[in-house]
Amino acid sequence: MSAFASVVRRAVSWVLSCVLVAGCASSGTIVLLPEKDGHATAVVVKEGDKELVLDQPYAAAKITPLRPSAYRASPQEVDAQFGAALAAQPARATAFTLYFVHGSDELTDESKQDVDRILAEIARRPVPDVLVVGHTDAVGNDTSNDALGQQRADSMRAALIGRGLAPENVRAISRGKRAPAVLTSDGVAEPRNRRVEILVR
Amino acid sequence: MVFALTRVGVVATVLAAMSLSTLVGAAEIGQIKTAKGQVTIERDGRTLSGTVGARLQSADVVKTGADSSVGITMDDDSLLSAGPGSVLSLDRYAFEPTTGQGRFDASLNKGTLAVISGRIAKGSPDAMTVRTPTAVLGVRGTEFVVSSE
Repeated sequence: MSAFASVVRRAVSWVLSCVLVAGCASSGTIVLLPEKDGHATAVVVKEGDKELVLDQPYAAAKITPLRPSAYRASPQEVDAQFGAALAAQPARATAFTLYFVHGSDELTDESKQDVDRILAEIARRPVPDVLVVGHTDAVGNDTSNDALGQQRADSMRAALIGRGLAPENVRAISRGKRAPAVLTSDGVAEPRNRRVEILVR
Repeated sequence: MVFALTRVGVVATVLAAMSLSTLVGAAEIGQIKTAKGQVTIERDGRTLSGTVGARLQSADVVKTGADSSVGITMDDDSLLSAGPGSVLSLDRYAFEPTTGQGRFDASLNKGTLAVISGRIAKGSPDAMTVRTPTAVLGVRGTEFVVSSE
């Protein structure tokens, strides 16, 4: 029943594509781009039950009425077809990390000095939108660390507002001990994990 | 029987999505960071101007005119940018920043789109999809371009 329905759907969509799109031609293109930091990535292209995995830079697929067909794109082709979309890409988020004195929401002396660099990055962006993420080390349970992380993020948010950032453009959240910068066993005090990340975007 | 089970599945998925979005609230999910030419946002039957700084919500449809383009930063750091003559629908978006879990489904009905995925795609491999009228792209943490004619 369901297999039959799927065949009917595909046939109908094929006929429609032929009618609507000139001469049953491709109705779209997907190209995987090289990753800036070089780690492995992929896009899976599915049409009905036909699947194609793109996992190499410039691996590409044409969407045809019945299945995605694989080919290799060139940087020139990507630029010609997608130049405008790529040129409109927003700047990536810039991340800063500031560190805290053990068990408190007070910045270390070194991190206090970094605040000016953060303000400069905020000033550079046309519509700044800042996310402050509080983190803790692995001493204590999730509840207390979520609260401490939030306290750190809130205090940093207040400091940025105090230096002129509009309150509606900065949010503070906590990830507690869930996302340590340095992996430790539970219960271990680690200064490098007592931090806030500030994402300026 | 198969049909009934599928319906239960769909309802369960929708409910799960609703509870996720409740966590985040009817919140703003992203912001227009770059805009050139004519950019509009369709929301609840109204057409708003898509200027730099405009905040976006789940279910918004962003459209660009001829010689126009738009760049959007989502809450999870996904970057979406569309070229001229594009219709981009932010069908479903939910992101819980504390756990890093979420769900993002967008559709490119027409035009060209460049994507750099963000934290939602990192959180789990099936959490972000981009649809065209005939294909579904599963995003596994990546940069890509897609066109739809």
